[in-house]
Amino acid sequence: MAYFAMTKLALKWALSKPPTTRYPFEPRQVIEGSRGTLLFSRDTCVFCNICAKKCPTGALYVNRTAKKWGIDRLLCITCGYCVEACPKKSLSLGTDHARVTVTKDRELF
Amino acid sequence: MSEPLIIEAIEVGALVDRVKQFRQDGYRLVQISATRLPEQVQVTYSFEREDRLANLRLHLPAAEAKLPSISGVFWCAFLYENELHDLFNIAVAGIAVDFHGKFYHTAVKFPFGTSTSPAPSPKTASPSPSPAAPTAKPTPATDPKPAAAAAS
Amino acid sequence: MARTIIPFGPQHPVLPEPVHLDLVVEDEVVVEARPSIGFIHRGLEKLVEKKDFQEFVYVAERVCGICSFIHGQTYCQAIEEIMQIPVPPRAHYLRTVWGELSRIHSHLLWLGLMADGVGFESLFMHSWRVRESVLKIIEATTGGRVIFGTCKVGGVRRDITADQFSEIRKQLDKIEKDTREITNVFLTDSSVKDRLVGVGVLSKQDAYDLGCVGPMLRASGVAQDTRKLGYAAFKDLAVEPITRSEGDSFARCAVRCDEIFQSIDLIRRAIDRMPEGEIAVKVTGNPNGEFMARTEQPRGEVVYHVQANGTKNLQRFRVRTPTFANLPAMVKTLQGCDLADVPVLVLTIDPCISCTER
Repeated sequence: MAYFAMTKLALKWALSKPPTTRYPFEPRQVIEGSRGTLLFSRDTCVFCNICAKKCPTGALYVNRTAKKWGIDRLLCITCGYCVEACPKKSLSLGTDHARVTVTKDRELF
Repeated sequence: MSEPLIIEAIEVGALVDRVKQFRQDGYRLVQISATRLPEQVQVTYSFEREDRLANLRLHLPAAEAKLPSISGVFWCAFLYENELHDLFNIAVAGIAVDFHGKFYHTAVKFPFGTSTSPAPSPKTASPSPSPAAPTAKPTPATDPKPAAAAAS
Repeated sequence: MARTIIPFGPQHPVLPEPVHLDLVVEDEVVVEARPSIGFIHRGLEKLVEKKDFQEFVYVAERVCGICSFIHGQTYCQAIEEIMQIPVPPRAHYLRTVWGELSRIHSHLLWLGLMADGVGFESLFMHSWRVRESVLKIIEATTGGRVIFGTCKVGGVRRDITADQFSEIRKQLDKIEKDTREITNVFLTDSSVKDRLVGVGVLSKQDAYDLGCVGPMLRASGVAQDTRKLGYAAFKDLAVEPITRSEGDSFARCAVRCDEIFQSIDLIRRAIDRMPEGEIAVKVTGNPNGEFMARTEQPRGEVVYHVQANGTKNLQRFRVRTPTFANLPAMVKTLQGCDLADVPVLVLTIDPCISCTER
């Protein structure tokens, strides 16, 4: 039975730098390979609709005739299924966190 | 993990005695689950001893699904039996701790179908905002699932 | 003596999960506890009717936020057994590594919550500080901090490179050192012991009859660990269940502390023996049949009863989570305890109500 067994740990951390990042004054540590947001490049897309079919939540919208591609950011779970399925490699996952959205609409490209 | 499932078919009347035998042999209750089939409800009891599972399976008619409770033998079964009642409308008699239908709060009562009407079809059963949504839908069960699924 | 009924939960500063208890007390001794759950029932089992069996891995992962990877892994194992899919050995080992990382982060989370439950805020913060290092490893290898998204039917979706493995080893050494400092406080400090020793004693026979699983059962002396069944890479990596005999909350805390070190050791051994090869096989066709897959989650044994009938939607998907099996033990131990012990007893089963109610 020890009394005040926490003392050593408490003193060590009281006298050293805090382990937390002073965000936003210091930059956030970005981890490679993190699944943040879905990025779309319109130049290579052929509107084949494969990504919308594969999406498990139904967040993607493709209109072949009008050449529109849309994503409902609130439904997207950044699983990456569409990234694997796209035959033209137009989709990728970036490491930034998703932006704040104020409406429930789709983001159209 | 490739041992095949051992499933023993049993009648409702013999259930409690068989469960008592499992208890005496030193098995523990693992789970109780139910599946709605066309015209029937299939209930599976699983027991385990020394890493081997033993299952009991019984079929209840959809019109009148009644079961005796095994919480007299295994007290912990009361949670599973309350869930069977709340989701499938199987009347279980004599549960040790009975919540009388208030175990899960669902928007649609008996989401997996009552004994007199089939399960609500998937398109209409998805989020219904009003809690007063009726349970008995006149459309027949859209599940074209053969009863061959019962045989593993 | 007059009885008072105190409603506890579902929202309470010391309660980690939304469970409601009506505590019938007589002068600060709890005479009876009436539980009530059902606040976050999402009806996930009914979603099989809408989502096909391959997409359903995403739903299965989201049954719980803390033990999410092993849910996905068990689901994939059930479908793979039904369809007799030969999963490559590298995928098995990768799943084991992620599963054990998941166990470490879950136990560190629980240690923090237990410290918070007895009022030891600084220990809570330190446990979660160590947990952050584990979450960074998980984010670097899978992309997400709690929902991994790497399991799929037929294997895994991402590979871990050799550089990442050597980085993981370095981090594990540091995590082990930090965890020893924290578990030393848990297991030796007098104030923690005063709150945990002798609270919620479950005898060996009681724990077995009440259907307990996981650390609840192992702390009462029953050496039951579903990893002995030999799923994934556990057929090559033998796991010895860690048991204690006292059966009180302190024993459960000690079992979980020791399991963290056991998991660190398992990850090191798995990395040493990692086979080369593919990480997934292509899956075609629909499942037809039924299977019960069982794995060891941080909280105990989880059973996935999957029935399929040849279409792309499963017929039935039933999850029996470990907290569902441990709840009767919680109700039993609450009878006759002190009012101040109620948070400790609720926390000692490591509740995960979102698993329980799906």
